[in-house]
Amino acid sequence: MARIVGIDLGTTNSLVAYMADGHPLVIPGRNERTMVPSVVAMTDNGLIVGDAAKEHLTRSPERTVYSVKRFMGKSLEDVQGELAYFPYHLTEQGGVIRIKLGEKTYSPPQISAMILKELKQRAEAHLGESITKAVITVPAYFNDSQRQATKDAGMIAGLEVLRIINEPTAASLAYGLQQKTQGTIAVYDLGGGTFDISILKLKNGIFEVLATNGDTHLGGDDLDRQLADLFVKEIRERYDLDLNAYPDHMQAVRLEAEQTKVRLSDAMKTTATLDLPDGKGRYERDLTRDQLESLTMNLVERTLGPCRLALKDAGLTPNDIDEVVLVGGSTRMPLVRQRVQELFGKTPHCELNPDEVVALGAAVQADILSGGTTDMLLLDVTPLSLGIETMGGVMSSVIRRNTTIPAGAKEMFTTYVDGQTGVDIHILQGERELAKDNRSLARFRLKMPPLPAGVPRIEVTFLIDANGILNVLAKDMRTGQSQSIEVKPSYGLSDSEVERMIEDSFKFAADDVSARKLIEARLEAGALITTTEKSLLEGNHLIASDNIAATHTALAALTAAKDGTDPRAIRARMADLEQAAKPLTVALLNDSLIKGLQGKKVSEVT
Amino acid sequence: MDHQHTHSASPRELQMARSMCWHCQSEMSGEYFCERCVKVQPVSKELDYFTCMGFPRRLTIDPRQLETKFYELSRAFHPDFFQNKSAEEQTISLSNSALLNTAYRTLRDPIERAEYLLDLEAGSVKQIRNSPPADLFEEILELQDTLNEYRAVEQTSEAESTLRTKLQSERNMLEQRQRNMEAALQQLFVQWDALQDRGEATSQARAERDRILKEMREHLSNRTYVKNIVSDLVSTIG
Repeated sequence: MARIVGIDLGTTNSLVAYMADGHPLVIPGRNERTMVPSVVAMTDNGLIVGDAAKEHLTRSPERTVYSVKRFMGKSLEDVQGELAYFPYHLTEQGGVIRIKLGEKTYSPPQISAMILKELKQRAEAHLGESITKAVITVPAYFNDSQRQATKDAGMIAGLEVLRIINEPTAASLAYGLQQKTQGTIAVYDLGGGTFDISILKLKNGIFEVLATNGDTHLGGDDLDRQLADLFVKEIRERYDLDLNAYPDHMQAVRLEAEQTKVRLSDAMKTTATLDLPDGKGRYERDLTRDQLESLTMNLVERTLGPCRLALKDAGLTPNDIDEVVLVGGSTRMPLVRQRVQELFGKTPHCELNPDEVVALGAAVQADILSGGTTDMLLLDVTPLSLGIETMGGVMSSVIRRNTTIPAGAKEMFTTYVDGQTGVDIHILQGERELAKDNRSLARFRLKMPPLPAGVPRIEVTFLIDANGILNVLAKDMRTGQSQSIEVKPSYGLSDSEVERMIEDSFKFAADDVSARKLIEARLEAGALITTTEKSLLEGNHLIASDNIAATHTALAALTAAKDGTDPRAIRARMADLEQAAKPLTVALLNDSLIKGLQGKKVSEVT
Repeated sequence: MDHQHTHSASPRELQMARSMCWHCQSEMSGEYFCERCVKVQPVSKELDYFTCMGFPRRLTIDPRQLETKFYELSRAFHPDFFQNKSAEEQTISLSNSALLNTAYRTLRDPIERAEYLLDLEAGSVKQIRNSPPADLFEEILELQDTLNEYRAVEQTSEAESTLRTKLQSERNMLEQRQRNMEAALQQLFVQWDALQDRGEATSQARAERDRILKEMREHLSNRTYVKNIVSDLVSTIG
């Protein structure tokens, strides 16, 4: 079986890992760094990803996309409150957010696919083989639409996503593999944009998730914003300068806020510095760890509620937890460690690099799927209750939250009116009483045979697979016939849209490559034309006239080809010109050699 | 439903949907993998959860034994282990796993287990799930009034504290009541298991069976009712 890689597609950084001789390894890039910043920038020479793209955050903020994970599976309305923080332009089409980059718009799965492609290429370069299959991690608290969007991203990137697994459970696999732990563990995962808590029972290689909870809009980004907001406010007061008018400087503020926060994890105090626009000089601000903690206290506190809920759902108290594991870069903050330690009453584990542990776990799961690791099995749960809208706009729960997946449930449907030919079904996800307060996942129309009211009996099976993704099947109980259902996702791309994006991605990739080839060929042709013209001026007295004529002809041919769009034609004319100008080049070389010798004594030459 | 399984005291292997392998059509001997072609077999949707997990239809189940069986069957069925197999086998693995997970969840909790058994033996408990205990009817009406009063009264006032004390003692009383019902249910579970173990087919045994099921139904529905009121109380007074 072809190799399967494990991918941590993070809000801030992404990583790819694989299993080598029973040990998961993260694949480094050419710069030896294991993390690829989850940043995509549109430049004049096409799209770039990762470290190179990160440099464009302050250079061309409106064309550089970061934290795209926050928009996966979301509508514009969902993220209205934080739009002001993002310098790039967001619109909506068919319930799905679109990001405007230059002339084109991209869906979040398309942007994520670019990051995935970068990781794919990194793995291919490192392993020397083609990579087409992957396990990708998502926050445990991601809903169906967000999971589906992640799967779509994989497909667009040319990867078959064999499994979507939850980040905290992936981390537990990496830890479990290393320490052969038994007992009950809590995984506290505070990443760049999301927070998860999972409670697991580990016994004889089985990793059984008892409960999970979280917040898909709470992470390091939000902590940084507290600091960034403070900087912007102070700059306004001190310099009478509103940085909101300067998107490039706003990005610098965001990055400096992040760095200040990171420095304060080690140091007790630090100084944040920012260059201001319009010759207003430089903003400097001393900051202590205490000050950062009082700014971020409320956000850290917000993670404790989900922890308590998860414990309650698992039927446990903090005392029942044997080990606590910290995952995600934001758990490096001393305040986070302190609050987690207080809640569970024990020192949390952080032996494995919190930035890499999720990718390592994804590689372990990949190895399980490829049949390499056979003694470990992860039994995960669905984080949110699944239900359908019933009369009066109430949600009726079909599969409750924290049910082990795969999970199935059946509901019987019939008609209320004689001859009724269909029933509309609205699928929801969430814990609230009213349908409107929950996440709308999809709608579909169940076809009914035209019979007296109450006679038709259609059984609908809701099946949540091991990826946490919903599948719906319908069967007519009277005829035993299955009915195909066309589910329209409320906040996702339709199958045909994904198909088109996969095609586009191949086309763009081809376009991008040929565009780059053309640009390079033109540049080199330009350089050759310039040097040849110069040579002709300098050396036309050194060679025969037919050689000069041939050179002029080849030069004209290349100049014409350079204005065309075929890089191969340009290259061919370049070769022609080099050939035609050879006598000239040789003559000039000899000439310069002779001239050089003339100025020197014989003893200097030998 | 095949009643023969329920009389078997020893845990049996998982029962298959068909007596023939779906793939090579050779005869199946009750294992969940075909002996000849080693293909996974679909678990019948018609099987009850007890049989599905290889337990007799009893109300006392050792949770550790149940967990061991659950882990064992998970290792046999989980889709993780069918990644390299055919599409048919993957579909069977998925639906078997889903059924196994439902069976385990239902049997793991003593109350859900009893409700499920009642459903199997005497039809759905859903319609009567919420009936208040007859002797508590008056008290519950009064409690609802007190709750409404408490919700309307000003916070941190003297009236609030008096009402809170009253509700707190009501809560204690109801919780005690719930524990009593659970103890009574436990008794009924033991009686049920003993009756099943004896396996008598006399009219006396049939009458005993009906009595146990009837009392169980009553206690289960009253308990659910009381439990709902308690959680309502807890969320109001905190």
